[in-house]
Amino acid sequence: MELKVPSELLTARRPLQAVVFPAALTAFLVLLPIVLPYEALAAQILVYALFSLGYNLLFGYTGLLSFGHAAFFGLGSYTAGLLARKVTANVLWTLPAAIGAGAVAGAVVGFFCLRRRGDYFSLMTLAFGQLLYFIAHQWREVTGGDDGLRGIPVAHLQVGPWTFALESSRDVYVLLAVLTFVAFLGFRRLLSSPFGTALQAIRENELRAEAVGYDTFRLKLWAFVLSAAMSSAAGALNVYLLKFVGLNSLHWITSGYAVLITILGGAGTLLGPLVGALAFVGLQDILSAIPAIVDRWPFFVGLLFIVCVLVFPHGIWGTAERLQTRLRWRVSAAGEMGG
Amino acid sequence: MSAQALLLQLVTGVVVGAIWVIVAIGLSLIFGILRIVNFAHGAFYMLGAYLAAFAVGWTGHFWIALLVAPLSMAAFGVLVERGLIGRLYGRGLVYSVLATYAVSLVVIEGVKILWGTVGPQFRVPAELAGMVNLGFSLFPKYRLFVLLATALTVLGVWWWLHRTPMGLFVRAASQDPLMTQALGVDIARVLAGAFGAGVALAGLGGALAGPLRGVFPEMGLDILVESFVVVVIGGMGSLLGAVVAGLLVGVVQSFTFLWAPVFANVVLFLLMIATLLVRPQGLFGTE
Repeated sequence: MELKVPSELLTARRPLQAVVFPAALTAFLVLLPIVLPYEALAAQILVYALFSLGYNLLFGYTGLLSFGHAAFFGLGSYTAGLLARKVTANVLWTLPAAIGAGAVAGAVVGFFCLRRRGDYFSLMTLAFGQLLYFIAHQWREVTGGDDGLRGIPVAHLQVGPWTFALESSRDVYVLLAVLTFVAFLGFRRLLSSPFGTALQAIRENELRAEAVGYDTFRLKLWAFVLSAAMSSAAGALNVYLLKFVGLNSLHWITSGYAVLITILGGAGTLLGPLVGALAFVGLQDILSAIPAIVDRWPFFVGLLFIVCVLVFPHGIWGTAERLQTRLRWRVSAAGEMGG
Repeated sequence: MSAQALLLQLVTGVVVGAIWVIVAIGLSLIFGILRIVNFAHGAFYMLGAYLAAFAVGWTGHFWIALLVAPLSMAAFGVLVERGLIGRLYGRGLVYSVLATYAVSLVVIEGVKILWGTVGPQFRVPAELAGMVNLGFSLFPKYRLFVLLATALTVLGVWWWLHRTPMGLFVRAASQDPLMTQALGVDIARVLAGAFGAGVALAGLGGALAGPLRGVFPEMGLDILVESFVVVVIGGMGSLLGAVVAGLLVGVVQSFTFLWAPVFANVVLFLLMIATLLVRPQGLFGTE
């Protein structure tokens, strides 16, 4: 008997999906602030979703475990915050500036770190991250040191006929939702492009990818730059939301959160970061509302993470995708037999 | 600047480096055998300091604390390895590393839940308080003791690795775990033992550092990254490398504090990045 693999499983490019994915994402983004008790929470989820989306490109799709992504998140925060204070609070200037700063920093850090592999790569990213942390810590006149930057001014954002009053969490959420929609659709496209498949080839077997003729260093560097730029954008957006830049945004613990969210949602899945951020921020919110816990929520996050690593190594969305694939296999197998 | 001041700065740097040496040896040991970058090492260091402080509080004897902290941390380490990290072998190193990160969160926050955000008092023991005359300057007695304790610890670890059967198995496992197992060594026990020993060293480092730097839940966050730096500079898995790099980095940082305090925290990372670029395997690493 011949084993047939249903072709849609391999390509997953049915015409319906071109509509279903954006529609489902839109529905999710519209419902999120309605279901949640307040908009700032929904906005925080999207900030972390974008941070982890950038992180996932590097970790989930290229297989590079960076422990220094707080550097880019923080860099974006400080760029947006400092520009808003000293030059202009216009998001149309500060957001691209933060993305640019993240991309340039990503190119420099990536260039050095990618010369090493495995654990050494992780430790180098960590070292660069902490380097930036201590620079910000010492350079009080510019960064405010331990205190961070408080009271970041915001300006109304005018895009065509729409005005976003960024003083309100509600409008920040709308801005974030639009950017999240664009970012996820863009990443979806990117991942199915030759560039995206080449990255996944590197993740599966770098030597083989190299043998086939890919310039793996260049590809990894591009992945690093894109990932850093996205993390930096998330950092800037966090400032529009909080009106504050904290020194902690640069600490390696923040890098750890990106790793946590990505794994929790499902590394190497497109929607993993969104699901992970929802679970992470939601859990944090629920836990810190319990009087006995409040600030001790990371304890339970850590416990959950241990369980996750032991029992659900593929994360929430990764496990869901696997179940779905198995189900489709069964359905199509049953169909074959019946027909 | 006078020769005395320079000498004093040198000795101070060596003492700072000594704590890094102990913590980094543990990290290096774990990496050498289990191939895991242990992100919980800082949390274990902190827990060791807490246990030592409590032991002093209950018994009144610093010496007992210096035994209790590493021994109970060794037991705790074996527990963590058997219960969690050991279950992740063969799943890719990423998951083991992430598991240690999660353990770090749980331990730090667990300590805060149990004992609050302010740590216990941990004073320099009476018999080690005061100063000694080094000839060129007065120097705190306790700091000299830390140096001595570090030297003894390094010798002890060397002896354990090179003169005991368990040490032989540990070294064999770091060379070729499969062959070691084929020769009849219970590799699971060796891995657990090596992890326990590494964690014990973290605990001892914390116990020694406690009276110098104070005991608080976050005390391990910085030293974790600093000992990563030391291990990378010295060469992952190399005992001699951790010793030399620890002392070297301590001295370099001490002089940076003197001449360019702004760079004192940054110089470590610059050294590490430079090492990785020029001699990626570290000073004494092989590969």
